[in-house]
Amino acid sequence: MLGVARRKIACESIPAAILGQALQRIRPLGSILPRNYSNGAKEMMVREALNSALDEEMSADPKVFLMGEEVGEYQGAYKITKGLLEKYGPDRVLDTPITEAGFTGIGVGAAYHGLRPIVEFMTFNFSMQAIDHIINSAAKTNYMSAGQISVPIVFRGPNGAAAGVGAQHSQCYAAWYAHVPGLKVLSPYSAEDARGLLKAAIRDPDPVVFLENELLYGESFPVSAEVLDSSFCLPIGKAKIEREGKHVTITAFSKMVGYALKAAEILSKEGISAEVINLRSIRPLDRATINASVRKTNRLVTVEEGFPQHGVGAEICMSVVEESFEYLDAPVERISGADVPMPYAANLERLAVPQVEDIVRAAKRACYRSVPMAATA
Amino acid sequence: MSAFSAVKILHAHPSLAVRSSAAESSSNKPKPSFPSSPSSPFNSTNPSSSSSSLSSSPLRGNRRRPILAVSSDVVSKKQQQRPPLVATPAVTREESLELYEDMILGRTFEDMCAQMYYRGKMFGFVHLYNGQEAVSTGFIKLLSRADSVVSTYRDHVHALSKGVPARAVMAELFGKATGCCRGQGGSMHMFSAEHNLLGGFAFIGEGIPVATGAAFTSKYRYEVLKESNPNGLDVTLAFFGDGTCNNGQFFECLNMAQLWKLPIVFVVENNLWAIGMSHLRSTSDPEIWKKGPAFGMPGVHVDGMDVLKVREVAKEAIERARRGEGPTLVECETYRFRGHSLADPDELRKPDEKAHYATRDPITALKKYILEHNLASESELKTIEKKIDDEIEEAVEFADSSPHPPRSQLLENVFADPKGFGIGPDGKYRCEDPKFTQGTAQV
Repeated sequence: MLGVARRKIACESIPAAILGQALQRIRPLGSILPRNYSNGAKEMMVREALNSALDEEMSADPKVFLMGEEVGEYQGAYKITKGLLEKYGPDRVLDTPITEAGFTGIGVGAAYHGLRPIVEFMTFNFSMQAIDHIINSAAKTNYMSAGQISVPIVFRGPNGAAAGVGAQHSQCYAAWYAHVPGLKVLSPYSAEDARGLLKAAIRDPDPVVFLENELLYGESFPVSAEVLDSSFCLPIGKAKIEREGKHVTITAFSKMVGYALKAAEILSKEGISAEVINLRSIRPLDRATINASVRKTNRLVTVEEGFPQHGVGAEICMSVVEESFEYLDAPVERISGADVPMPYAANLERLAVPQVEDIVRAAKRACYRSVPMAATA
Repeated sequence: MSAFSAVKILHAHPSLAVRSSAAESSSNKPKPSFPSSPSSPFNSTNPSSSSSSLSSSPLRGNRRRPILAVSSDVVSKKQQQRPPLVATPAVTREESLELYEDMILGRTFEDMCAQMYYRGKMFGFVHLYNGQEAVSTGFIKLLSRADSVVSTYRDHVHALSKGVPARAVMAELFGKATGCCRGQGGSMHMFSAEHNLLGGFAFIGEGIPVATGAAFTSKYRYEVLKESNPNGLDVTLAFFGDGTCNNGQFFECLNMAQLWKLPIVFVVENNLWAIGMSHLRSTSDPEIWKKGPAFGMPGVHVDGMDVLKVREVAKEAIERARRGEGPTLVECETYRFRGHSLADPDELRKPDEKAHYATRDPITALKKYILEHNLASESELKTIEKKIDDEIEEAVEFADSSPHPPRSQLLENVFADPKGFGIGPDGKYRCEDPKFTQGTAQV
């Protein structure tokens, strides 16, 4: 039944009037067919996880409302808000005109007065039209007003590269938003992350930038019964160790966690046991977990999809240098997207985004090198 | 959008249709509210005394315009039917004294700010409101506590009119811990949750969507949360200038406010200058009130130097919003007597323009009105002025003697939820560190 539902979703989205809808055709094959584990653990798609989190939070608190382009009648540009208009009505699920600056500001103004808006950006690239409001009137207000006015708003939407969408639709904004004090920046990977972090974000009294990933929407992950509970929340500011290891630490967030896990598999066959950390929260960064892991493994590889200069990896490296310098046995390796606007051609795009092989190579470099530029057998 | 849609919202007046000729000759009839002002330098053919947009539009001569709704003109029409010298005043004695006191408060406060700035007690950007008091007083004195005001960087007087104590605003400007934002906001970022003053924004146009959001909340509370309010919806006022009216966010909000019929009044303080950029040089169609009907809401032009006219228009616009009929765009033609900020040498504005507007000082005009209509005596007005002087002196002393913010305040209030501030090196939340509020965190 789930498979039929997914195929239906794919068909509805074919009229490609909306940007990015063409991406529905690119679906990892594995997600079309449900993977049944013999232990009967339920599988959930990230899209369903987000939808259920929104649904539950909206029904629990009447002050929560959604606004964005195509969130209502179109059922969401990526179907994340499917069914919510029918359930909650047009007063709580607002289809806005194409006015990012305007409706983001409206969301912020509503949050000043205690409502809890969830503003959806069709992709975070469009948030640049509204970034003045995210930063100046949302992030800074609790500080400027000395605590009188808090802004319990969530800005969510897909972030980072999709497939073949070109330079203006592919940028990763994690580093930009994580730079600003006053914002919390979250980036989920699995369905459990998506559900828990979105619920925590909606309940949080501060502005949260929730960076999803479009290519992850269709992926399924096993979820336990605890995750399905309606009060399930993950703490903001805590990373998760997805895979324990001894030789090298790999940090990643969002889609790159999947790549890092695959790289860890490959590395384990070569005798390198990699510890994969899913950051979950970019701001505040869980420096404790990262440093504890580096103190254990003594080597670090940071992976991100965004541009390298002033990126998340740079901050993690500095945090480790500040706190665990004596524990490092090799220079920190940084894997990031290429320092170019995203090209369109498929082969160039592949070169511009980190791949599993890049992570494997970097981990090996970190493992075999104890002094810079010295090659050992 | 037909201009008549604007007319039908306000009282339909039988003689409205013949206004185009009546307005021209209205200057021959004695003015009911304020004495006629000399003709505006912009408008050489029509003596621009009435608030009708037909005759007092400062920008065009005799060009024909469609009729549109200006309630203040309706007021003056009503009053023209009475014998001139015993015209019933538009306000009661108490109201007039309240308006006078509020305008004197605004003016004295701003003058004191200038003094303090030149003495070095105030610093950074300071934008003064001298000359525009009629707009703030005329609008904000009609609001209740639950209504909201969103302003720009020229926000001291909006804060004072809304009820923030003068000492709190002065202390904030001095950067002291007793300021309304504990010294963390400053001149351009006045916030007061208690008085529903939602800022104080430095970027022009930034406050308009925020105000639209506050109006949205008002409507949401009524429709979704089913909170009942016997007075009608809580209204939000958005104040901004002529330069903002070319900004994209302004138009986005006009659209959405009208689309969703939000209880908001967009108040344009058109003082004709955006720093050194004249409104006429930067705007393709300088008549801002016209931008309202383009989006389906009434656009009203009013003489912003006349507090009683502003108050009449404000009353109508606010009542409309309260009833749920949607937004109004009100353009107030006003003038700032000082430069854009205290750092502005103000060289581009011509002295005769300044002199002209100085004769139209709203405070002098209200004083004259009060005395002519025997609403109060000269000595009562002097008492009010003295009282305000004392209040401002006391505010300065209070601010002077207040302490600077403690070091620990630097890291406070970044988040409403302190746990979000981050995790300390010992793995615990930073806010649980016993020394957190003493500022020993690495700065």
